[in-house]
Amino acid sequence: MESIVFIVLSILAVASALVVILPVFRNAIVSALALALNLVCVAGFFFLLDAQFIGFLQVIVYAGAIMVLILFVLMLLNIHDERHLGPSGFFQRFLGPLLAVGFAAIIVSAALLPATGTSFDAAEEEFGTVNALGMDLFTRFFYPFEAISLLLVVAMIGAVLLAKRRL
Amino acid sequence: MSLGPDKFLILSAVLFTLGVIGVLLRRGAISILMSIELMLNAANLAFITFARQFNATDGQIYVFFIITLAAAEAAIGLAIVIALFRLRDSTDVDELSLLKW
Repeated sequence: MESIVFIVLSILAVASALVVILPVFRNAIVSALALALNLVCVAGFFFLLDAQFIGFLQVIVYAGAIMVLILFVLMLLNIHDERHLGPSGFFQRFLGPLLAVGFAAIIVSAALLPATGTSFDAAEEEFGTVNALGMDLFTRFFYPFEAISLLLVVAMIGAVLLAKRRL
Repeated sequence: MSLGPDKFLILSAVLFTLGVIGVLLRRGAISILMSIELMLNAANLAFITFARQFNATDGQIYVFFIITLAAAEAAIGLAIVIALFRLRDSTDVDELSLLKW
């Protein structure tokens, strides 16, 4: 049952990622909607991996908030099509993707090493629940948590400063 | 087929590579931002896989932080795109070569 869900979700995820990246799909709004589908698929993988809380977070923050922000800007600026593939040179258009595929081959060969393992042990009782995550977040990871909230404030002020016409 | 870390890691590598190719091929600034989100997501998937494999919440907490970072990055990136669009009337990154010589 789980492997069927995994196969369907991975086909959907890779197909939607292709729609996001391939220059054939010039309409940026189509790309944005495909990205939303991809994010929901990844949330499905999180559920398969017993990370319920992170899965919900992914749907709410990523597929909800961030995608709305991107679509909002796309429609605000009224960007329909990318005009052209651009004069960027041979290296970026052909050699770059080739090297990226080589990189993927290295990672895949590393993932296929026997040390990686081909099955999971049974998860602990509370694994991935809000309870377990919250306990760690507010004890061991307290200072990083405060730092990240500071970062959000900085990002908010920065976004206002950058996008405002006159202060 | 048994579901194991290897399958999830391979998928994560494939998604990450698609994101890299997207950054190289797309010319619109917002499309490039979306490809970056794709890469961040692939990294998140690897983190969650390892968290599950070692039965440790650490990986999930890192993903929590990465999602926050991605939100901040999207906000700043889109603000820059809006500012650039106002200045140049275009979001094509090939036309934005002011700092290149």
